[in-house]
Amino acid sequence: MSAKFIVGYDGSEASRRALDFAVGRVKLQGGTIVLVHVLEWSPYSFLSASELEERHKRRREEMERAETALVMPVLEKVRAEGVDVESKIRYGHIAETICKIAEEMGAVQIVIGRNGHTRLGSRIFGSVAGHLAQAAPVPCTIVP
Amino acid sequence: MTRNGIPAACAALAAFVAMLVSAVPAQAQSIDETVNQIFANATGWFVNFIFASIPGTSIAWIVLWLVVAASVFTIYFGFIQFRVIGHSLALVSGKYSDPDDAGEVSHFQALATALSGTVGLGNIAGVAVAVSIGGAGATFWMILAGLLGMASKFTECTLGVKYRNEYPDGRVSGGPMYYLTKGFAERGLPGGKFLAVMFSIFCVLGALGGGNMFQANQAHQQLAGVFGDYPGWITGVIFAGIVFAVIVGGIKSIARVTEKVVPFMGILYVGAALVIILMNLDMVGTAFGQIIDGAFTGNGIVGGMVGALIQGFRRAAFSNEAGVGSAAIAHSAVRTKEPITEGFVSLLEPFIDTVVICTMTALVIIITGQLVTDPATGLYVINEAGQVTTATGATGVGLTSAAFESTFSWFPYVLVVAVVLFAFSTMLSWSYYGLKAWTFMFGEGQAQELTFKVIFCIFIVIGAAASLGPVIDFSDAAIFAMAVVNIAGLYFLMPIVKRELDSYLRRLASGEIKRFK
Repeated sequence: MSAKFIVGYDGSEASRRALDFAVGRVKLQGGTIVLVHVLEWSPYSFLSASELEERHKRRREEMERAETALVMPVLEKVRAEGVDVESKIRYGHIAETICKIAEEMGAVQIVIGRNGHTRLGSRIFGSVAGHLAQAAPVPCTIVP
Repeated sequence: MTRNGIPAACAALAAFVAMLVSAVPAQAQSIDETVNQIFANATGWFVNFIFASIPGTSIAWIVLWLVVAASVFTIYFGFIQFRVIGHSLALVSGKYSDPDDAGEVSHFQALATALSGTVGLGNIAGVAVAVSIGGAGATFWMILAGLLGMASKFTECTLGVKYRNEYPDGRVSGGPMYYLTKGFAERGLPGGKFLAVMFSIFCVLGALGGGNMFQANQAHQQLAGVFGDYPGWITGVIFAGIVFAVIVGGIKSIARVTEKVVPFMGILYVGAALVIILMNLDMVGTAFGQIIDGAFTGNGIVGGMVGALIQGFRRAAFSNEAGVGSAAIAHSAVRTKEPITEGFVSLLEPFIDTVVICTMTALVIIITGQLVTDPATGLYVINEAGQVTTATGATGVGLTSAAFESTFSWFPYVLVVAVVLFAFSTMLSWSYYGLKAWTFMFGEGQAQELTFKVIFCIFIVIGAAASLGPVIDFSDAAIFAMAVVNIAGLYFLMPIVKRELDSYLRRLASGEIKRFK
């Protein structure tokens, strides 16, 4: 079994840098990349009755959009570079979900980008990088 | 089904608008009076029928209908509401939810949405109406009705999930109209379709009544209390405009703001009530004494014990909607393989709504001494209208407001915001329930939906303009009419729920049903 690198990917500039970094590592030392895209979701949020009715449909649409627009093009690009890569699209709290996948798959490392929030911004909204640095079950590389 | 309803509805609508327009040149106040008169005349017979007494007694048959049903379900399911509360809470907190289902409707979300449709004016204004007519004793019957109602809610919401429609595009739609049709067909019973259509008719009326006019009416009373008296139709037109923007214009931001603020207002309201109760902790015993004493004697109210009982049950049913069938519509969208789990979750609803929140309102009104008693006899002082005289002369929301004001002088302003927001969120919920019933009868489609939504908005104006008496009577009557049909169906379908319950509890005990957290 080859070493697995979890890359948190949301399509942003920062997550692209993280992916590039991970691809570089894998080329050097071997292994595979697991591209993880998490759709922010809380089971305790409030929805209106008509949103409840359409939730299942919306979820399917969101998953499809994430798959075709966001993840597939990147997978192809990485594969073209001769690197093994698979993807996971999940709903949930971003940092917690990444940690859980890392545990499930026995990953050796988590690689994520950092958006460079202001101090106030991350105070209020929390930051995925900060959370992962605190809670990641495996070594975590935060790419600036 | 038929499409004939649409032109008919449009014609009725046009006639009504013409009537309103012709009345405009007259004085503003007389528009309110005209609306009130026409409305009272048009709905009187329906109200009289629903609230008719059993011959030879003063007990309204409808109240007995609800009490008997809730008791039957309670006994049939072996006091289910007291047995599974722990498991209900575990389900709501997501301990049994499959992580792979993240992103789907959770138990919590279904419960929260259903609650936002029921927690509202029933808890603030309805309780005030109950104690000002039925005295403190009405509270006892209200709590009992809440506890029994948990079994009714359990039954209807389980069926709501079990017999929902899942469309190929992924939408989910459920409620009494579907379980009456499919459940009856499954058991080989006739009349399911008939009951479903009857239910849908009453659900549309209930949506226009308690889910709309009563809300608009009480919101206007609150606003008029702050800004001074002004014609109700002005509030109505503004409200109708905003609701129209949301349900027809699809402006999500308004709904989104409401759904964020409403839970916060709910917590603020309960918090303030708790503070008042804690500040007067020494009087809580006395208050419960009055509640229990009044429950069996009436303490001088018109109708005595029976009067207190009727008010308690009536307002409880109006507040928590157990047995009415509306909640089954909201709960049915949950993602679960076990319909019974949503039944377990839904039974928390009457508990939170009635046993907790309504009781708090009642305690605050009683503790702050809003109900005037004769010091010599200890009985309530009854006014000409046959109601308990209140310290400030206020009724409805005004009474609750006065009770909170006696401790927090600024609270009426909070209450105005709360009432307006609760009214708004309840209207949005019921516009959805009504719409589901409407499309069940007239078929799915843009034109059908638009017709209902426009009618809904017009009734907001009527509700705000009419006076409380006819509005509350019609609202109650329409909602109880839903319960007549729904409960009649539930009696035939309850063996199905029983089978689901037994099977689930067996698998839960054997460990076949797994916890994920």
